[in-house]
Amino acid sequence: MSSTTIAAPRRRAGAGLRLAPYLFVLPFAVLFVWFLIAPIFVAIGNSLFRETSSGLGFGSANETVFVWFEQYAKALQDAEFLAGFGRVLLYGVVQVPVMIIISAVLALLFDSALVKGKRFFQLAVFLPYAVPGVIAALLWGFLYQPSVSPLVAGLRSIGIPADFLSPGAVLWSIANVSIWSYVGINMIILFSALQSVPRDMYEAAKLDGAGELRIAMSIKIPMIWPAVLLTTLSSIIGTLQLFNEPAVLKTITSNISSDYTPNMAIYAASTTANDPQLASAMAILLGLATFILSVVIMKLTTRRKGVNQA
Amino acid sequence: MTATELVAASPVLVDQQKAPARKRSGNTPFDGHVSRGWQIAVTIGMVVAAVYFLLPVYWLLIASTKSTSDLFSTFGLWFSDDFTLFDNIAALSSYDGGIYWRWTLNSVIYSVFGSILTTIVSALTGYALAIYRFRGRKILLGAVLGSLLVPGTVLAQPTYVLLVEMGLNNTYAGLLLPALVYPFGVLLCYIYAQSAVPLEIVEAARIDGAGEFRIFGSIAIRMMMTGMVTVLLFAFLGSWNSYMLPLLVLTDQELMPLTVGLTGWNQASITVPGLQILTVVGSMLSIIPIAIVFVSLQRYWRSGLAAGGVRF
Repeated sequence: MSSTTIAAPRRRAGAGLRLAPYLFVLPFAVLFVWFLIAPIFVAIGNSLFRETSSGLGFGSANETVFVWFEQYAKALQDAEFLAGFGRVLLYGVVQVPVMIIISAVLALLFDSALVKGKRFFQLAVFLPYAVPGVIAALLWGFLYQPSVSPLVAGLRSIGIPADFLSPGAVLWSIANVSIWSYVGINMIILFSALQSVPRDMYEAAKLDGAGELRIAMSIKIPMIWPAVLLTTLSSIIGTLQLFNEPAVLKTITSNISSDYTPNMAIYAASTTANDPQLASAMAILLGLATFILSVVIMKLTTRRKGVNQA
Repeated sequence: MTATELVAASPVLVDQQKAPARKRSGNTPFDGHVSRGWQIAVTIGMVVAAVYFLLPVYWLLIASTKSTSDLFSTFGLWFSDDFTLFDNIAALSSYDGGIYWRWTLNSVIYSVFGSILTTIVSALTGYALAIYRFRGRKILLGAVLGSLLVPGTVLAQPTYVLLVEMGLNNTYAGLLLPALVYPFGVLLCYIYAQSAVPLEIVEAARIDGAGEFRIFGSIAIRMMMTGMVTVLLFAFLGSWNSYMLPLLVLTDQELMPLTVGLTGWNQASITVPGLQILTVVGSMLSIIPIAIVFVSLQRYWRSGLAAGGVRF
């Protein structure tokens, strides 16, 4: 053990220590700039232009003109694009509470002593989460189509003229697909929150003569309220992005237009309308709307937390 | 959402430490005087819920054993006289030169490769953020947290524009690379590394002469394993379910994942009647393996899902 053999590795470690963190974060940093920062700037840049074809027919050169915020004005004057926002907000206001209430009731039941065969039922509720949203929409699509659906046939045979794809019903048929897909994960999140509540609290309440229902209402729900709030709010933000389910169901019904939701409008502008500049402007508007909603929600939740602590 | 995601992610760790205690208390339910009426009502409610959640999958299993004509003419919730599951699978395999299996392979490539790479990138970054104090660390951490506010599907169209400009549309790389940026994975790894990798051990390894990458590769990685598997699972699901970006980026059938391929068939089945049953069988075969993986990895998704707020 001479001093030199100790010093050598130390010096190496010292140099490594300074460089190592940068090497560790390098792949992420590069990808982050490339696929998260750059697309935003490309979209912003793109949205300030308009493509006009000069001349007629094929071979005519497309000219790109700087037009400031013309694309944004165009998007905001597009009644269908704005209607899409209204639609997803209406959808969110109904679908999210229904989903969270079902999830919370199931989580409370699984946490109580009332359910026999807990493992089986939990698995049944969670199974749909393993089905990709797109495939879930395909599946329910079959169950909505009168030609193959045993549901429609069954309801019609008892005199209910069910039509899951009618203009008035189709939004709720989409909501049903989302509820079916996501009750499982929300139930598990709320169930885990319930499981971490100290059991002695229930024992004390029981000694005071509280029943299961009373314990659920006065102890369990207040204890898991932050988790309920969190799942509710992130689901509301998610509904603004609605795309997969309506895009798939659109293939079996004409009651879903190609710009039914903001994201579908972006897709349509980008593909069939071949107007990437307008699509970029729409994407930025949707991003801004989501950002504002998130910030508002964050403000509301932090205030709520403050109240709880007080 | 940044603050809430952080709060939401921390119970993962608490959860695991508490796990044994929780199990014990779970085994002793306090069911002293549960009324019989309640029990029956709850059981009926549970059965109704189970029927609702299982019915579509049950229908899919039944439907995939039928011929095209039976699919339309026989009762949907029971087998028809003709059991044609294997004929259907054969038809599925031969249609369009076996394109279905090509899509399956693509989905596996995107999801398996994508999620492994995502996990490595996220773990390296999360570890560095937790262990080292370096210039730019705060900025990077802020960027990770801030980007949680940027919804994934809003990025789809701009990413597509960028990929077209770089000539990466219609390539495997075009779909794989954007998926590697997974800020929530970085955040989860950062939180795991912070509590699971003690600085004293890193120091001790340094004194023993281990290099920084060696410390990460042979010591830290093992301590962060649970967190990494959770990230792997979520990244896998994210790619397996992804739809809007591949729909925009890929026009070449040979590169499509299952989600895009199958919905394309569903759309085409309006004019090509035989495609309907192929869509049914194809959907059925695509969800069975994932369902099995899910059930067998219960332990991980249970701890991972407690992280909450994960959006796809």
